[in-house]
Formats: sequence, C-alpha cells, structure tokens
Amino acid sequence: MKTAGEPVEPPRTRRRRHWTKRPNPVAGLGSLLWLAVVIIPIYAMISASLTRQDKALGNNALKPPTDPTFANYNTVLHNGFGHFLANTALVAAAVVGIVLVLCVPLAYVAVRTRTVWSSGAFRLFLMGVAIPAQAVVVPLYLMIAKLNLYDSLLAVILPTAAFAMPVSVLILTGTLRDISEDLYEAMALDGASATRMLFQLVIPMTKGGISTVVIYAALQAWNGFLFPLIFTQSDGPRVLTLGLFNYVSQFGVNIPALLASVVLSGIPIFAVYLVARRALVGGLMGVGGK
Amino acid sequence: MRSRSSPRPYRGASPHALLAVPGVLFFVFFAVAPMVLAVYLSFTTWNGLGDPKPVGLANWDKLLHDSRLTQSLTVTVLLTVTSWAFQTVVSLLLGVWAAGRQRNRAILSAIFFVPFLLSSTAIALLFYALLDPNFGIIHQDTLGSTSGAFLAIVFVGGWQFIPFHTLIYQGGARQIPEVLYQAAAIDGAGRYRQFFSITLPQLRNTATTSSVLMIVGSLTYFETVLILTQGGPGTDTAILPYLMYEAGFKSYDFGYASAIATFLVVIATALSLVLVRLTGFGAMRSTREGM
Repeated sequence: MKTAGEPVEPPRTRRRRHWTKRPNPVAGLGSLLWLAVVIIPIYAMISASLTRQDKALGNNALKPPTDPTFANYNTVLHNGFGHFLANTALVAAAVVGIVLVLCVPLAYVAVRTRTVWSSGAFRLFLMGVAIPAQAVVVPLYLMIAKLNLYDSLLAVILPTAAFAMPVSVLILTGTLRDISEDLYEAMALDGASATRMLFQLVIPMTKGGISTVVIYAALQAWNGFLFPLIFTQSDGPRVLTLGLFNYVSQFGVNIPALLASVVLSGIPIFAVYLVARRALVGGLMGVGGK
Repeated sequence: MRSRSSPRPYRGASPHALLAVPGVLFFVFFAVAPMVLAVYLSFTTWNGLGDPKPVGLANWDKLLHDSRLTQSLTVTVLLTVTSWAFQTVVSLLLGVWAAGRQRNRAILSAIFFVPFLLSSTAIALLFYALLDPNFGIIHQDTLGSTSGAFLAIVFVGGWQFIPFHTLIYQGGARQIPEVLYQAAAIDGAGRYRQFFSITLPQLRNTATTSSVLMIVGSLTYFETVLILTQGGPGTDTAILPYLMYEAGFKSYDFGYASAIATFLVVIATALSLVLVRLTGFGAMRSTREGM
C-alpha cells in the first residue's frame, strides 16, 4: 500500500521509460478516444445547463447555448440544494469518524495478535467485502424501524459506516503490516503499553492508509443512494443523491435545471479534487495494491 | 534480537483483543445480522406493518416458479459479464498507458478521473438527460429498446467506474520491476511481446482485486437501473436488486423480497469464492507477498 503523495518507487525507476520511449501511436490514439468519451458528456451537460428552458427541446445538446443563462442554477439553489448538501456533508463526516474509530484499533489487533479470534475477525471482514447492500435492506428496514431511527440521518449513517468497514479494514491491515517489527520492539523495551503504541507508533505510521480510508468512506457516503432512499422519507434528513433523484419528478421536462443540479452536485467534490488531487488519487491507487 | 524476516511470533506488549470488539460488534449488528435476518424473513410474510408471520416455503416456492426471476438472473449475469469485459479491457489499457510518467499522461489521467467524482445518481441523471430522445445528444429512443437500454447501463457503469479501475491498474503497473523489461529488451522482445509476456502476467493480482470489486459492484447498478430504465423496457433490464426493490418497496411483499435478497447473497458469495479460488485473492492479505 503506497502512502498518498509519495513517489511510488525510488528515483531509479525514472530510467524505466528509457525502454519504451518510442512513441506508441495505438495507445496514444486510444487515450485520445477515451478523452472524447469522458469530455463530450461533461461538455454537453455544462452547455445544456446554461440553456434557457424554452430553447432546450429539440436543440442539439452539443451546440453551445446561444443565449446562456444561470437561471437554471438559481432554480436548483432555491429548491433545497444547500440543505441536501449539508446533510450529505454531515453523513460523510459521521461515517468517516465511525469508520476510523472502529477500524484502526480493529486492524491493529488483527495484525498484532495471533489468536483464533483475531484471525476470525479478519476473515469476517474479508468475506464482508462480498456482502451486497441490496441484500440486507429489507431486514435493515425492519431493524431501523424497531430502533425508532426511521427517517433520520442516523438511519443512513449507521449502515453506510458498517458497509464501508470491510474495505477499510483491508486497507488498514495492509498498511499496518508494513510497520517494521523493530519499531514495536524498541517501544516495548522503553516499556510502552500496547495502547501507547497505538497512538504513538501505529497511527502516525499508518497515515497513508488512514487518509485512503477517509477518502474511501467519504466517497461511500457521498455516493450513497439505496440506504437514504429506503430509510428516509421527509425533506429533513434528505441527502443530496436523493435530492437529485427527486428533482426528476419536480422539474419534469425541465432538463436544463436537472443538469444544473447535476453540475452543482459535482462542484464540491471537484473542488476537493483540485486541492487534494495527489492524496485522493494516490490513496485510491493503493486500493489495488499488489 | 530476532531478525526482521522472522515470522513474527509476538512477544512484548500485545494489544488487548477488547480493542477490536466494538468494530466487530458494530459490523455484525448492521451487516451480518441483517443477512441472517434476511434468511429468516424469506420464510415469513410481512407487508411492512406489524410483525412478520412465518409461512414456511411459500416465498421460495414462488421464487422457483417466477418467470421474472429467470429473466432477471439472466440479465444480471449478462450485465455483470459485459460490464466486467468492457471495464477490464479499457481500464487495463488506460492504466498501463498511464503508468508512464510523462507530463501529458499526468494531465490526461487527471481528466480521465473526473467522472468518478460524480455520484452514481448524478451520472445516471446526466445520461437520462443526454439520452432523452427530444433533448439529448442522440435523437432516438435509446432507452426504449432492449439492447439500447442494456448497452446504456453497461456504458454508464463503465463511464463512472473505469476511472477508478484505471487507477488500480496504474498502481499495479508501476510496481512491475523495471529489470524485467530491461531483460526482455535485451532479449529482443518488442513492445507488444513485453505487454503480453510481462505486463499482463505481473498484473494478475491487480486484475483479481479489480475484478472482485467490479463483480460485486455491478450487482449494485441499482441506481443506474432505477433512474435510467426503471427496469424497462418492460422488465428487460430488471436486474436482481431492482426486482427485490420492486417486490419489497413497491408491492410491500417483504417476505418475497427477502427470498430474492437471500438468493442475491448466495450468487454474490459464490461468484467471489470462485474468483478467490481461481486466482488466490488471499494475496490481498499481505502487501509483501509475491515476487
């Protein structure tokens, strides 16, 4: 697992390109083709979101708007967008918090002890990767109703956090395994307790894995649709994905407004991407690992 | 002093197992217990009000005789396989290409990543609008035809997730030792020979990780289906999760929905286990393994 932002390997790999420096026209062409696949929908979306509604129908979405307007954005912002965004931010923060508090100690125990229980716990999470959230929404719906959590943000937060745990545990155990045994021994010789090691050795040395988990869990919360759809109902706890979904019926054929809402929903995370690109990309690159 | 390479027979301060208990309990309560509960609910009838009542095998009997299930299972498998093939080919090629370090690759990779920043819901809405016959890019009823709707879901899923898998392959490709290519070049192997004889075999573990995530992920194309096609035209794109959603949250037949959900878990687990057996997913347990 690589630490976010660090060079992936020592500088000697820079020489690598020496062997494949010749231009590769096929790959170059392929990448340009994919560039078009990525950019055309994004361009069409932005252009259409600036089109006046009365000019939208029958118009080709690829043509730039003749008479651009921000009215569609205004419509969206006056229809609860800020509220939905705030809810999503709250859910993301809570999910990240829960996942870190639960998974860091768990990964520490899984890596540093050799008991049937700890390896059993690790296997549980390894299998957990394969549990589809769809499979448990009906029983969770029953449980959430019995816990009196229906139609609250907690009803979204708790299951989302649970389902972000398996991959988080895998990422963290991967990073934790890379901490040298010598460091633990040195601290043990100083008489450090296991808990002190957690705070003074494990957490500082696992920063890369932790930042990957933060990104992963936040994206899960950001992307979540099924749990909010089924566990909430009213406007109060409505998150952004569900807000977007509701705009379909609310705006009807007003497709420019719908696309404006999609553009707006992308802006916050795009801003994060611009600022923290290295951490975001580097962290996720590690998920594949070896 | 033990040598660093010794297999860690642990001495000294060992973390107390209690530290792991909250995490395990939380996960068991919100993920594992519901799975067990789903199995129980599949033997009951429940309309969302009151308490579930046992009905024996009625739901399972219905499941076995439901022609929609056969169709749904076929669509689900077809969608999973097609998505896997599309996403693996594109992200493998893009990832290996992007593993180079020139500046233009870095810039293009940054742009390639952008779709991943939108939520599945936002992406489904985007293509819902762009595929609208009166408004969109293509002025024909793509989503109204069975193959059009199917391919739209495959494409939209790929558009969203290829950036992520490209990144995984890019990370994997960067870890291939340079000496292998040097040796191959000295032996006179060309670029394509190097790709097939070195790059592909070395990316085996990466491909396994990526494939497991893709397969489990494609079972969650629920948002895309719900927003783009509502399972249509007819029931031609009603994948299993969508069928479960309809049975439960539209027809309020939660017992039957649970039977479908249980069936879904069996399939997801079976698929994952097959992959693990075939390729040694256990490699994910240690980042130091291999080579």
